[in-house]
Amino acid sequence: MSRQSSKRPEKPKIVRSVLFSPCLYRVLRLQNWSRKWFLHHLRMLFRGIELFVLTYGTVVAQLCKDYENDEDINKELNKMGQNIGSRLVEDFLARSSITQCRNFRETADVIAKVAFKMYLGVTARVTFWTLAGDDCSIFLEKNPLMDYAEVPNKHSSLLYSNMICGILRGALKMVRLQVDVQLLQDTGKDNKITEIRMRLLRRRKVALAVAKQNE
Amino acid sequence: MAEVVFELLHLELVSRLRAGGEAGAGEPERGKCISTLEGMGFRAGQGLIERFTKESPSFKDELDVMKFICKEFWTNLFRKQIDNLRTNHQGTYVLQDNRFRLLTPISNGKQYLEEAPKFLAFTCGLLRGALSNLGIDSAVTAEVSALPACKFHIVIQAS
Repeated sequence: MSRQSSKRPEKPKIVRSVLFSPCLYRVLRLQNWSRKWFLHHLRMLFRGIELFVLTYGTVVAQLCKDYENDEDINKELNKMGQNIGSRLVEDFLARSSITQCRNFRETADVIAKVAFKMYLGVTARVTFWTLAGDDCSIFLEKNPLMDYAEVPNKHSSLLYSNMICGILRGALKMVRLQVDVQLLQDTGKDNKITEIRMRLLRRRKVALAVAKQNE
Repeated sequence: MAEVVFELLHLELVSRLRAGGEAGAGEPERGKCISTLEGMGFRAGQGLIERFTKESPSFKDELDVMKFICKEFWTNLFRKQIDNLRTNHQGTYVLQDNRFRLLTPISNGKQYLEEAPKFLAFTCGLLRGALSNLGIDSAVTAEVSALPACKFHIVIQAS
């Protein structure tokens, strides 16, 4: 994604362009006051993630109190994630002005490189594609959600970051892709990496009602 | 950009609150749900204030603490400062935010006024938790007369 920014662009554009392109030389060319403003806002931006991460932690802790079964907690996280994802996708499309992806590979790339970066501040890696190109793994070397969290032993089958799977599922549903998203590995005591498996089930056809009207 | 995710998560928590309240009994159930949400905010606030004050020196007095809450703490959470801080210098503080970020998507005026308390419970907890980890016991309530402006009343409990 490239953004052409003029010598004195509107303030939000500077931040976005530096975050999404490696053109850091643009920062150095800015006047002193702009650079200070930029760095100040950059610091503030990455503070925002702490509020989300800590809130997420309290949500999981509360769910552990409400439900006894780890499976129920996972399901609840997934459900909440789907509601969030269906709204988040609109915000994402508005901010990133991504054009329509031609295939599932592009979709996965956009999710890993743009979406994760935008909302969690980390870039993910997409690998282990099947031949048909509809099944892949997304790897997160660093999972910000686990920064301040520790899952006790009695919740051994708790998928702490399961909300991410729900968010992906809800978001892709809004763009007519039905996917199955599973959290295979989560960062914790034994694992150093988070792995999310994403499988495209089908593309939903739109406006079946319209087709019937035309008949 | 992560604020959007937090706002959506907060919205989700509030809407779960509504669903839980309707299914159960009337006022007592809903009160319990709101206090649960406030409790969650409390724990988040405790963690947040720790991160935000790691490098800064200790505070001179209570007023210094409140000024920090109004400026740096609020800016880090909601990207703006508290608009007005009032106190009676006897342990009561009123923080006024004229465009509270979690209320701006709801309405602009008196519509949905009765729903507003649910959207403020988590933030009341955040304030209470932050103050608690700074060694100040308090009771925090919120008052709304016209969205999206709201006032947080903090009453310091003498220990």
